Amino acid sequence: MRLTPEQVQKVAELARLQLSLDERERYAEQLSAVLGYFNMLNSLDTVNVSPTSHALMLKNVLREDQVRPSLSQQQVMSLAPELSGELVAIPRTFEG
Amino acid sequence: MYETAIGMEVHLELCTRSKVFCGCSTNYGGAPNSQACPVCLGLPGSLPVLNKRAVEFAIKASLALNCEVAPETKFDRKNYFYPDLVKGYQISQYDKPIGRNGYIEFEVEGVTRRVGIRRVHLEEDTGKSFHDVAAERTYLDFNRSGVPLIEIVTEPDIRSSAEAKSYLEALREIMEYIEVSDCRIEEGSMRCEANISIRPTGSSDYGILNEIKNIGSLRGVQRALEYEIKRQTELVSSGGIVLRQTRRWNESELKTEVMRTKEEAHDYRYFPEPDLVQLVIDNSWLNKCRSEIPELPRARRERYVRELGITPYDAEELVADRALAQYFEGVARLGTEPKLAANWLLSDLRRELNQASLAIEQVKLREAGFSELMVLVSSGAIGSKTAKDILGELVHSGVSPAAYVKEKGLAQLSDTSEIEKFVEQAIADSPKIVADYRVGKERALTALVGVVMKLSRGKAKPELVNDLLTQKLNKGRL
Repeated sequence: MRLTPEQVQKVAELARLQLSLDERERYAEQLSAVLGYFNMLNSLDTVNVSPTSHALMLKNVLREDQVRPSLSQQQVMSLAPELSGELVAIPRTFEG
Repeated sequence: MYETAIGMEVHLELCTRSKVFCGCSTNYGGAPNSQACPVCLGLPGSLPVLNKRAVEFAIKASLALNCEVAPETKFDRKNYFYPDLVKGYQISQYDKPIGRNGYIEFEVEGVTRRVGIRRVHLEEDTGKSFHDVAAERTYLDFNRSGVPLIEIVTEPDIRSSAEAKSYLEALREIMEYIEVSDCRIEEGSMRCEANISIRPTGSSDYGILNEIKNIGSLRGVQRALEYEIKRQTELVSSGGIVLRQTRRWNESELKTEVMRTKEEAHDYRYFPEPDLVQLVIDNSWLNKCRSEIPELPRARRERYVRELGITPYDAEELVADRALAQYFEGVARLGTEPKLAANWLLSDLRRELNQASLAIEQVKLREAGFSELMVLVSSGAIGSKTAKDILGELVHSGVSPAAYVKEKGLAQLSDTSEIEKFVEQAIADSPKIVADYRVGKERALTALVGVVMKLSRGKAKPELVNDLLTQKLNKGRL
């Protein structure tokens, strides 16, 4: 299967990446090669293998519902590029 | 003619102590950005660990809605960009929700309605954003980021705005009963969205869906849907076409309006969350959750009416407050006649609670004490007026009603000779009222009973007072 530069552009938009025309062409080629590996996997007979979502054998890793200390407000705020009082400030986004 | 098909999507914040994937507190009212950590801020290198209680709450909610619970399930990443979603994805459940294929039953105008529950899944809440148009800024508080939510999606089985409201009330009642969420719409712990379409009556295909968001109250749900039914019907009747839109309810202008959508195609690119492992819900875990679900409100109301002889109205009132219903059951179990207990709880005790701003759990007069008070009343040991008068004191002090009555000498007088003295005195002291009575003013008798009650400090048994007064007054006449 070959990816088109248009498909690459759509994925790039969803990921908020800006790609030049040249990059779209280049990544279309590289990502097509990646998809090629999946085609190799497709050639295997998996009739007797049940689908899995995880490679690990672990299951039910759970924690008890106990409160543990958070970061301090100061620590959280120090991570933000801009503040307004006790809130993090960013350029306005439209609601919805 | 057109008919309406409505499906509801409800998000409920679960009342766990800590968030769903980290140990930050879920408390309301903390200082902004004081309940966040590397996990719920999506900092690199942090890993989520699933909160067991959040899973159990989702299982219980699924069971209470008659869902099949998935024996094996997992979490998925839902990818989208919005500043209140710090990681760039929300951990949710896509193709394997914890619950599916359930239903809920409730009454609308005396008729039982059943609405299908398509799915119940567990996910995380986002932070909260505030938009400042003038300053061109959006402000963020991440305290809610990572609080556990369940999303409950119905089939498009709801046919009117009134039904939608009844559905939400029934859902809220059940969720409060099983104590998984406090379901406060105004505070945001219960959020409602509706999908609505109209179709010609009798048609089996659904019309074009519109999604209504931003509904902040039960009344808002009803009004928004009424508005939308009217809008779509008028549009179609005049030859127009309903477009597929996401609309917002504007509470101040009482209308729905098209929302500005950021992303046309909702391509969330779901994939299994690699930072969490599989979740297996075996029968023993399922049964443990099932055993923790109390009798649900609808079943309880029916039992009160059928087995305890309570009126449907009183059953409704009692069951609406789970703690009050439990108190009532305790009192009834101790042998108090259920109807008598229900009357006293719903009128007198509730009035005392309201006056003192107390919850039933805080009342010192517990089930045994209340039951004792009922015995004093029904045996005639004290008058019901006396019982009402001392109830406030009992609620606060927690002393035994029998001991209190004895100590204060409040036992009802049913000794005829003693009451006779008060009756004679009342007649002697009130010549004007007696004269009124003699010229046929029947109401004068009530006034005389009042005088006797006052003289006896409320202890004389009113029925006896009434009899004795009538005897004495009529004897004079003969």
